[in-house]
Amino acid sequence: MKGLSVAGIALAMTLTSTAAMAELVFPSLSYRTGPYAVNGIPYADGYADYLTLVNERDGGVGGVKTKLIECETAYNTQKGVECYEATKGEGALVYQPLSTGITYQLIPKATADGIAVHSMGYGRTSAKNGKVFSHIFNYPVNYWDGASHAINHILDENGGDIKGKKIALVFHNSAYGKEPIRTLEELSKKHGFELIQIPVDHPGQEQKSQWLQIRRTRPDNVLMWGWGVMNQVAIQEAANIRYPMENFIGIWWSGSENDVLPAGAKANGYKALTFHAVGNDFPVFEDIQTHVVDKGLAAGAGDQIGTVLYNRGMYAAMLAVEAAKTAQEMHGAADITAEQMRDGMEALVMTEEKMSSLGMPGFGPEFNVSCDNHGGPGLGAVQQWDADAGQWSLITDFAPSDMDVIQGLIDEDSSAFAKENEIEMRECA
Amino acid sequence: MFYRQAGDFKKSYREDIQTFPLRQDRWAYYALMLVAFCVVPFVINDYWVSAVLLPFLILSIAALGLNILTGYCGQVSLGTGGFMAVGAYSCYKLMTAFPDLNIMIVVLLAGLVTAMVGLIFGIPSLRIKGFYLAVATLAAQFFLVWLFNKVPWFYNNSASGQINAPARSMFGFDVTGAEAEGPARYLFCLTLVVVLAWAARNLTRGRVGRSWMAIRDMDIAAEIIGVNPLKTKLSAFAISSFYIGVAGALFFSVYLGAVEVGEVFGINQSFLILFMIIIGGLGSILGSFIGAAFLVLVPVLLKNIMVGWLGWPTDIAAHIEIITIGGLIMLFLIVEPHGLAQLWRITKEKLLLWPFPH
Repeated sequence: MKGLSVAGIALAMTLTSTAAMAELVFPSLSYRTGPYAVNGIPYADGYADYLTLVNERDGGVGGVKTKLIECETAYNTQKGVECYEATKGEGALVYQPLSTGITYQLIPKATADGIAVHSMGYGRTSAKNGKVFSHIFNYPVNYWDGASHAINHILDENGGDIKGKKIALVFHNSAYGKEPIRTLEELSKKHGFELIQIPVDHPGQEQKSQWLQIRRTRPDNVLMWGWGVMNQVAIQEAANIRYPMENFIGIWWSGSENDVLPAGAKANGYKALTFHAVGNDFPVFEDIQTHVVDKGLAAGAGDQIGTVLYNRGMYAAMLAVEAAKTAQEMHGAADITAEQMRDGMEALVMTEEKMSSLGMPGFGPEFNVSCDNHGGPGLGAVQQWDADAGQWSLITDFAPSDMDVIQGLIDEDSSAFAKENEIEMRECA
Repeated sequence: MFYRQAGDFKKSYREDIQTFPLRQDRWAYYALMLVAFCVVPFVINDYWVSAVLLPFLILSIAALGLNILTGYCGQVSLGTGGFMAVGAYSCYKLMTAFPDLNIMIVVLLAGLVTAMVGLIFGIPSLRIKGFYLAVATLAAQFFLVWLFNKVPWFYNNSASGQINAPARSMFGFDVTGAEAEGPARYLFCLTLVVVLAWAARNLTRGRVGRSWMAIRDMDIAAEIIGVNPLKTKLSAFAISSFYIGVAGALFFSVYLGAVEVGEVFGINQSFLILFMIIIGGLGSILGSFIGAAFLVLVPVLLKNIMVGWLGWPTDIAAHIEIITIGGLIMLFLIVEPHGLAQLWRITKEKLLLWPFPH
């Protein structure tokens, strides 16, 4: 009897203490299964490990522990919606679905629920216009920037003149893959190159006919908007038709170790865009080793640390944590709400000092977010794969995109969205 | 003993041929309707609506539609996803072209458009049968998805090729768009499900349904006794496509709100609905519902048990979920090849006699 009552009190205490303990909830709509798992796993690991690191090393964000809720979407929008509905009641602060399709789903839903969505380097490009998309952020870079970076790189290599050249776009036949087309069409008018569109249907395991078309039309450059198993297959097929790898440029989602390794030495010279640094030569990885991996807290198998997509997941988590810190300062509260988190994201300033103090010096470009610009500066660089050394290296500096072309498209697309959904543009001070 | 026929007298033919001849079944049905319409809307939250009830209700409509074609008329179709896409895209085009049109009318018109398309793709069924027809409908599946990807007119030239449902309301309550409340969306779909299921039930036991079944069982014999195969097969295609089109329109506008054709209405969707009617029971209205419930609810249930309660890693849970559902499908089909509806029928027959089976 006595034992029972003691147990009862202990139980009551744990219950009350968990209820009183504030947590910052970061849902992770990850995918560790299906044809996109090869890219989804490292990203999810990086996201989870960084949040664990913040808890273990710093004791949370501003003294409040972070809590990660992982939900498996298999890159499927239906499951993504289910995950969103299942986790939004848990006090979710920001959603990072790592899927353009799911982002499109969440844009109206999350805005209505007052929860921010951060689609870092994916999602709806025109969400950059914060006047229309109050809760959607896509800093530091978006697809239209990416399309422009790729074309700028080709321009640089050809001395600024690509008139009459043929550039093929191999893309995942979905909202994701179609995003850059509009920008590339504008750019092809501006620079006078010919754009060849080659769609690849989900999941992209079979691309013989697409690469046969490339072999026949002989484009000077091939751009790729691929994801998951499609990347590996495309690089392999390009190698099979002996397409010169240095003329083959992938978007940042088509440039991880897992994409090039299957093609072995033949993938040497393949290029991809990126918006953050590569490699594991940063102090933060020592912290992850001591505070996360050595304590046995690493998400996943721990074999992805330092890879491109692991770094990107970590970068996404870092930006979320920094936005939460900003929100805590702004509102003077440690336990912030989703709306306060949104304010923090909108006022986020990333400086070199901040990144250095986090053990990530020079990891990404400096930028700040504002009310009317949710997309940051749109800086990107090109990385190249060295198959012998087995690593990516940056071959250009972080450079801006062609905003003359892109800004007009963003204004056009976002105002069309605002009109379609009867959204009044916010006033930005 | 408790479930019995005794004392339930029928005084007219009308009473004798009603859908639920047993009083207890009838009461259970009325109680279910009462709970579904008057209780559920007040107790559900967004999670229940978006993750459980809407997919169940909408896929039930699609399963009903496919069951009419495959279960009752015997024409195998693998084009369900494509026909759902027709429903979704015509719903979208109608919603954006006529913003003032009531959403209920839009959904029904989308069904009609799909019925037309279904009619066209049903024509080959007059010449080819069985597996060959399955391949022809498979062609419809791929063609339709390709078409909606290829022609920008269908998605109003949006940059991403996605279609987004604008907000539309019924009786002052939003049923589509971001502000739509769960109960309103639920009731909208539930009304359509009840009406369509009632219509399907009565269609299938009337003259039309009997001619479908005659064609299914032996088309030559049916032709000899005066069933016109052209009219029968095409009517099955049209009515089935109407149901599937309505399901597609609801799937897009009420359930998801934004749709990408290749992903949502791909071949996987066709197979999912085909599996629903095979597991639920071919040629059974109840079977369509049981099959939809099985394939929609069990995964959600398993996921919640494994991840929510037991706290397992999400990837392991996802894989075990696939294994378990595959295993359950095999188990049920071995135990009862005619589907869960047949299992239910046998249970009821046994219950009627219990505890004195002689």
